Amino acid sequence: MAVCIAVIAKENYPLYIRSVPTQNELKFHYTVHTSLDVVEEKISAVGKSLGDQRELYLGLLYPTEDYKMFRKLHNSFTDVMCNPFHNPGDTIQSKAFDGIVSGMMVQTG
Amino acid sequence: MENKPIVTCAGDQGLFTSLYTSLAQQLPREPMEWRRTYGRAPKMIHLEANFVQFKEELLPKEGNKALLTFPFLHIYWTDCCDTEAYKSTVKEDMMRWQNSLRTHGSADWVIIVVETNDTKKKNKTNILPRSSIVDKIRSDFCNKQNDRCVVLSDPLKDSSRSQESWNSLLLKLRTLLLMSFTKNLGRFEDDMRTLREKRTQPGWSFCEYFMVQEELAFVFEMLQQFEDALVQYDELDALFTQYVLNFGAGDTANWLGSFCAPVRSWSGLLLRRPIDMEKRDGIQRGEASLLDLRSYLFSRQCTLLIFLQRPWEVTQRALELLHNCVQELRLLEVSVLEGALDCWVFLSCLEVLHRIEGCCDQAQLAANCSHTVGLWAYATDKLKSLGELCGLVSEKGPTSEDLNRTVDLLAGLGDERPETGESCWLVLRTPALSINDFKKELSHAAMEMYRAIGRLRSARLVGKSLAEFYMRKGDRERAETFLQEALKSYVSEGWSLPVTHTRKQIAECQKLLGRTEDYLQTSALLAGDVNLTTEERKHFCQEILTFFSFSSSTANKVTLSMGVFAQLTRLQFHPATASVHSGAILQVELTLRCLMPVSVHIQQVAASIHFDVDHGGTHGRSKGAQRQTNPGTVEFIQGNSSAGPPSSSAAGPSLELDEIQDRSPSDNSLNSTGVVCKNTHLIMRRHDSNSPPDTPNCVSPPTVAMKEGAQMLKVQDVKLEPGNNSIIFTAPSGQPGTYTLRQLCATVGQVQFVLPHIYPSVQYEVYSQEPQLTVEPLSEPLLAGLPQMVKFTLLTGHYAVKKGDALQLSNTDTMPILPSTSCTARTSNPAAGCVLSIQSSDKVTSISLPPTPPYHTLEFQLEVLCIIPSGSDRPANERLTNGEVRHRPRSYSHPDTPMTAIDQRMSIDCPWSIYSTLLALTFYIPFKTKHSLLSAGNRKYIQVCVQNVSDVNFTLAEVKLTEKQHASLELQSLNTKEQQLLCSKHSVFCLWEVRWKDDLPSCLQCVFSANFSPLNQDVSAFKPFHYQFQLERVTTLYSVRAEILPPAGEQHCRSGFLCGLEVCITRLTEPAEGEMAEESKTDTDGLKTTKLMYEVADSSSNWAVCGKSSGMVSMPMTANATHKVQIEVMPLFAGHLPFPKIKVLKYLPHTAAVAIQPDPDSCVENDSLSLLDKTLDDQGDTASIRSRGSVHSVGSGDQQQKGVAMPRLEPFSPGQVFNHSHARQVLVLPATDDHIMEVNAT
Repeated sequence: MAVCIAVIAKENYPLYIRSVPTQNELKFHYTVHTSLDVVEEKISAVGKSLGDQRELYLGLLYPTEDYKMFRKLHNSFTDVMCNPFHNPGDTIQSKAFDGIVSGMMVQTG
Repeated sequence: MENKPIVTCAGDQGLFTSLYTSLAQQLPREPMEWRRTYGRAPKMIHLEANFVQFKEELLPKEGNKALLTFPFLHIYWTDCCDTEAYKSTVKEDMMRWQNSLRTHGSADWVIIVVETNDTKKKNKTNILPRSSIVDKIRSDFCNKQNDRCVVLSDPLKDSSRSQESWNSLLLKLRTLLLMSFTKNLGRFEDDMRTLREKRTQPGWSFCEYFMVQEELAFVFEMLQQFEDALVQYDELDALFTQYVLNFGAGDTANWLGSFCAPVRSWSGLLLRRPIDMEKRDGIQRGEASLLDLRSYLFSRQCTLLIFLQRPWEVTQRALELLHNCVQELRLLEVSVLEGALDCWVFLSCLEVLHRIEGCCDQAQLAANCSHTVGLWAYATDKLKSLGELCGLVSEKGPTSEDLNRTVDLLAGLGDERPETGESCWLVLRTPALSINDFKKELSHAAMEMYRAIGRLRSARLVGKSLAEFYMRKGDRERAETFLQEALKSYVSEGWSLPVTHTRKQIAECQKLLGRTEDYLQTSALLAGDVNLTTEERKHFCQEILTFFSFSSSTANKVTLSMGVFAQLTRLQFHPATASVHSGAILQVELTLRCLMPVSVHIQQVAASIHFDVDHGGTHGRSKGAQRQTNPGTVEFIQGNSSAGPPSSSAAGPSLELDEIQDRSPSDNSLNSTGVVCKNTHLIMRRHDSNSPPDTPNCVSPPTVAMKEGAQMLKVQDVKLEPGNNSIIFTAPSGQPGTYTLRQLCATVGQVQFVLPHIYPSVQYEVYSQEPQLTVEPLSEPLLAGLPQMVKFTLLTGHYAVKKGDALQLSNTDTMPILPSTSCTARTSNPAAGCVLSIQSSDKVTSISLPPTPPYHTLEFQLEVLCIIPSGSDRPANERLTNGEVRHRPRSYSHPDTPMTAIDQRMSIDCPWSIYSTLLALTFYIPFKTKHSLLSAGNRKYIQVCVQNVSDVNFTLAEVKLTEKQHASLELQSLNTKEQQLLCSKHSVFCLWEVRWKDDLPSCLQCVFSANFSPLNQDVSAFKPFHYQFQLERVTTLYSVRAEILPPAGEQHCRSGFLCGLEVCITRLTEPAEGEMAEESKTDTDGLKTTKLMYEVADSSSNWAVCGKSSGMVSMPMTANATHKVQIEVMPLFAGHLPFPKIKVLKYLPHTAAVAIQPDPDSCVENDSLSLLDKTLDDQGDTASIRSRGSVHSVGSGDQQQKGVAMPRLEPFSPGQVFNHSHARQVLVLPATDDHIMEVNAT
């Protein structure tokens, strides 16, 4: 169940963030932000371990009783980044990306 | 009581008792390898056993699946060595034992026969071979399994034999035990699996199955196989979880109904006891709730994990479990009292933490706090929500409703149990104050731990909730610290929503703290925050605006950073050059993007200016134009001040580089060059933690203070609408110099919003300009000889033209200023032009100027005439009125135009300067004039060719040619037309015949004059045009006559046949005086002769000259002296052939002066001047001379080397030799008539 999908830049600011129950948006923002702790930990751990056994799935990022978080939609993100008019680092304002995110949220939620 | 596998002992109890101790001790001493079924890895296992007396009740009944009480091995002990005794009693007893075993289907038994020396000795009489009893037993009971009977010798003796027998016994026992385990457990597992496969059947119960699998787990635990035991529980866990998930997906199992019952107890996990029998019974009875089941399951897992020395997995699993339970309850739609789950989770967290603390020392705990911190935070969270729920944290204290709820919650906790974590248990029962303290401690602990493991964001989130707590408690200062810290992290990472939320909390905090300045700053930020609703934004905006009213008593002004209030987006200069002369109007248009939600009335907007006196600025316009690097419009790129991606700030401002060149002051040579960074102050700024660049909350007052006293741009009473606003300043432009805009300040009541640095820097320039006078033609090109209008432009600069000021133009002869009746001046003022008065004296033309203010343009036109220089007369330099040397206009040919250009300089004295202004005008002469002298025998003609090289068509009238010196001379015009049209790029030729009475002077000084005017203008517009030239050596001295004589007997010449060329040179005149002295010599006989050289040259190869082609003739210098020369020539072609050319040259003996001949080569080069040779190519001619071995050598090297000693040739001037046969032709017949004509037609 995807209730909130966020794409975070490597400088830790949100490139894209959307959640389905909009009244709880603030909480999701806090949650996603806090989960960056774990992301950072995991990413630095990857750097230390051997070779490039890159596990793209980051696992449970933030302990919460309400939701489980996961990361997906990498393909769509790649498409956005391939857009020649997109300036990496800008916030994502792609309709197609938005559509895919909506799809992920609707089919489960 | 510790569980051990049960081993029953039958037979001689006394014997067993005597051996029990050593048996129980020695059995686990050595490990055994346990090979497992289903491909499980073999294990080394230490076996222990619980030896009990055999009773028939111990044997499991049919269908009883209990494993814990299952006897895995049955032992029959005997020390019988007497055959009789065996036969009578022991055998029977054994038989009974065997039967009962067989009826219960137990095949795991062993008979131990103990042999001692004592027994042997006692029964010596009936001695049978030792083996016989054993053999008997074996034959009686162990028909094929001889190993089921074991002998133990001398067990109580310390001998090697005894030890050996013990070892073999123990090995046997272990082997048998393991065999039994494998067999029985395998059977059990198979049954269990069968049961599990039935789970889709309607009557299947999870609780039943739970008990079965747990039995297996118990056995594994009994065997110290904790790993295997844990697997059993994990499987149960997974199975249950799957069912719950299936339930969520709509696949309900009946047995789940019991777990869906409302939750009545939420006393938390209980981890002290290895087995919580109370809960286990509940499960067995099928009465357990979901929380009970989960609690029990977890307590078992926890126990095993701790056995396995993996306490950190407990914490990790605990967190998952707690989250999972909450979700499962939600999924199963179990009704739970509000807050009950929070209680359960809270207590559980503390219980887990407690349990872990119990089994680890402090150092271990500290090192592994990353595992526990999640639980701490979770507990904190739950306690917080509990506190809120029960009204414990509100300042007024709990309401009755809150109290009721508390009572309900306490009821669900059940009885107070001493073994549960004491402190946490008490928490919920204690009044509000202590819970708060507890929570505070908990939060701090969690925060510290998060910090310690580097999860700063988590720590800040906890800190934030702690801040909320402090806020409620009224400890706002502490709250603010936490909030600020959180805010900093959100801002630096660009999370707008958390930023807004946290900032709102800060605002509240600051308001309560009475920190006006900070509060206003935060309010301003919030008022411009798009994440807030318009109402909220208006509220904060209003806060700022009303500040004025409630703090008007205090005189101090509050200074805030401008960025939160409005952004400077654009700055525009009018005029766009941003460079004006002093005193002129320069407007600066600011575009401010107001971030406020409502329109704000601003008392004053001011921009402070830094003024640099620019010493170079007074040098005039040109310098100002060079430095127009500042564009008229400056765009300010804004980083998002409050929220949004901090990309711009993260990357920092881009470098602005400039080139610098260091030149030596003396000779302006380059010393060094380099690149400087103009904005180091921005880039090199310290990014320290307490003032991140984009956190406007941290702006400290000193940095934003307006600098007073500097020049200011000010606008009063501006209304700023939300969005872009345009504010127009009028910039001061009094003193020349550079003005830099430094700061911007908007005043709203007592609040000042200050932009401390306007960046990129904005400058404008005020310059002071010297008056400038320029003259330019009204139309290009200016034609000499005709009146032309020129435009005078006076840029007054800083000079104000007063009444009576006049320009003094020094008159020149070559370019008089034509007086005009009405000459008006136009100024850049829109006012009408005024009439200029021009007064001319013979030296000076004075133009009085109308009064004109500074920095205006004054324009007027004057008509001037450039007189075309008529010839080569060059009068000496004369002095102008002001003493300067008059520069004679010099004509030169201009590369762009065929016209000859004349530069005319004007010297003007201006009232603002003691120096004269020199201005140059370039005129072009529209005509090119050429003259030539033509001869016909003795008669002379002068031809003048006037070529119009301009683009204008002219009318030429009154063409005249006069001779200055010789009055007797008559020049008869052969021109018929009075007026002649002279179109652009065309020529007019005029011809005069020279007539003389007695003697033709050798030198003529002629003046050609004509009147011209542009086409279609009346007579008055005619202007004279003069052309002077001089003709020398006009008189015809010699006539040359040539005849071609056909070969003898022929009437005509024939090609290829020699014929004669007779050249007859006749002297026509008596020698003139000059000629006598110059080139003649007196022969010995007193006859004056001169030497001529003739040359026959045929450049067109029509003729072949046979023999001598040139020769010397000595001419007597008397009239009609004639010389004839015969030359043989041969026509090469048939037809009318032109005569070969005959050249006559002066031959100068070497004594003759060199002075006449300036250039040694010119004798040949100047051949073209000769009438004869006019059409000939010089080079070809020269070549022919060379090839024919001319007497004189023209090799320039030779001649130059030999210098003056060589005799020379000099051509005659045009007109001195007249060739009668010039251009004559002679008919030449072909040699034979049978010529073949080849005709090619294509």
